[in-house]
Amino acid sequence: MENLITLAFLVVKILVITHVLLGAVAYTVWLERKLIGRMQNRWGPTRVGPFGLLQPIADGIKFIVKEDLLPPGVNKPLFLLAPLLAVALGLTSLAVIPFGESITIAGHTEALQISGFMRADGSIFDANVGLLIILGVTSIGVYGIALAGWSSNSKYSLLGSLRASAQMISYELALGLSLVGVIIMSGSLSLRQIVDAQGGNILHWNFIGGWQFVAFFVYLIAAFAETNRIPFDLPEAETELVAGYHTEYSAMKFAMFFMAEYANMFTAACVATLLFLGGWHSPFEGISWIPAVPLPPIVGALVPVFWFALKIFFFIFFYIWVRGTLPRFRYDQLMAFGWKVLLPLAIANIIVTSALVAMNLAPIGPK
Amino acid sequence: MVPVTYYLVLSAILFTIGVAAFIFKRNIITIFMSIELMLNAVNLSFVAFANMHHNLDGHIFVFFVMVVAAAEAAVGLAIIISVFRTRETLNVDRVNLLKL
Amino acid sequence: MIHQALFFIFAAICVAGALNLLLQKHPISSALSLIVVMGSLALLYLLLGAQFVAAIQIIVYAGAIMVLFVFVIMLLNAGIEEHTEGSRIAVYFGVPAVAALVGMVLYVLLKTSHIEYQVQLGGFVKPTRDVAMLLFREYLLPFEVTSVLILIAIMGAVVLARREP
Repeated sequence: MENLITLAFLVVKILVITHVLLGAVAYTVWLERKLIGRMQNRWGPTRVGPFGLLQPIADGIKFIVKEDLLPPGVNKPLFLLAPLLAVALGLTSLAVIPFGESITIAGHTEALQISGFMRADGSIFDANVGLLIILGVTSIGVYGIALAGWSSNSKYSLLGSLRASAQMISYELALGLSLVGVIIMSGSLSLRQIVDAQGGNILHWNFIGGWQFVAFFVYLIAAFAETNRIPFDLPEAETELVAGYHTEYSAMKFAMFFMAEYANMFTAACVATLLFLGGWHSPFEGISWIPAVPLPPIVGALVPVFWFALKIFFFIFFYIWVRGTLPRFRYDQLMAFGWKVLLPLAIANIIVTSALVAMNLAPIGPK
Repeated sequence: MVPVTYYLVLSAILFTIGVAAFIFKRNIITIFMSIELMLNAVNLSFVAFANMHHNLDGHIFVFFVMVVAAAEAAVGLAIIISVFRTRETLNVDRVNLLKL
Repeated sequence: MIHQALFFIFAAICVAGALNLLLQKHPISSALSLIVVMGSLALLYLLLGAQFVAAIQIIVYAGAIMVLFVFVIMLLNAGIEEHTEGSRIAVYFGVPAVAALVGMVLYVLLKTSHIEYQVQLGGFVKPTRDVAMLLFREYLLPFEVTSVLILIAIMGAVVLARREP
């Protein structure tokens, strides 16, 4: 009986989190069009619903009812597999991301994380290599793009996917190495323990308290490249490659690549929040002169989720802001920047961080 | 409960398939991939033995095998690219002259 | 029970993927089947309690080495493999060689099948910290030597793949 209840809660958690993410993806597209519009002195979508709020639904219907073209000359199994792979891997990372502590509904306590389970003593058990699982899933995400380009049998797609593979392999190094400083600081690969090590107000977060600002910026730039966003969107540079790796895709298969890209943006934002910005901790936590407001238990459990969502929103806004501001890199600039600037910076950060930890100079650190 | 022999048998099967692919395939990239398959098969027995002897050394050896495989892939693929540039083929039978 | 079910499912996927690597004609299909083998091997490592090894198996093998293979296949636009004179010789010498290998493996397995040890789910799970301690204390010299090896490999790859000016 107990197992059945746990299983039921697990299914509910998976359904809720996946649907919240997909809804967020749809409305991020709306937000992006709206914000970019304002940055370019336009209005963005205004026709469907108030402020164009129903635009994502209209877009969704359009994607579903459009004709699903299968161009001649494609490698059919791989052509169909590629978008599925992209979207599935984009959603998989969600399984290990913790959104908050735990919540008690009808006498049953449940961890706010798909792969997190309650121990008998009330502590939470989660995957103890959670960070590596996210890195692994994002690193095999490149196959979706590579296969899409190769199986399309089109030169623009192939060029786009070659660029994407080269870019993702190159920037993954800087991305992975920029996280090592945080791992040294918290002494764990479990995302929950990494957040717990930053417990407290804004001064205890790795970004400031752990002196990881260099790592944070390296991570942020590498994450832009990993998610193929401007200024690193060479794989789908529409001025040179039509649309890059998804040139030949239409209807729902194209929408899957779209969803995968935005899901990857959310994953990158989640990792940045968990590792550098204290996860679900409020920036004012533990400051004595702020009065504690009494809240009902369920609302109290959801306040950390609110802080988490606010930080994610900040990153999404930043993505859009950068898109409205910066031009695209040239290909040689992209490679030179990744290998000659970001990678040495990330390695220097590891050396400095480990020296600080070894000399016990870091304000927070492994206990 | 699974006997550790099952894992070792699986490892042996994978290794044998790797050897067969190494011998029968003609494409130089596929031949290279079958070497990776053999390395993976060996890694499985390392991890199984680590579990059996309750000793982490097996995991460390897997780590070293992976590092060597990565180095080998980098150099090997570079060689394949330069061979393809001069011979314009990936078939090992057509790469049978020391000098063009 | 669940351990056995998971083992047999992923072992079957492993063997099917490896056979597919052998039987497919196109290198990209072979590469994809090898990725499937590596993914299910990572899950078998998890069953054996090697979480860190499973994670780096995915990151290093499936996420880096195989991406490089797929990249090179796409770059060289490799087609379906052709069978030439050498393939017949390979069959003449290869079949007995593989048969001998199978016989040898079977012999060793039958001889060692008295090993009674049973793998238990969660029977040997060590934190990543222990792996790190071992790697950076006892195996520090080999670790440094492999890092030099990697450096040499990078330089070799750059020299080999560079176009002549």
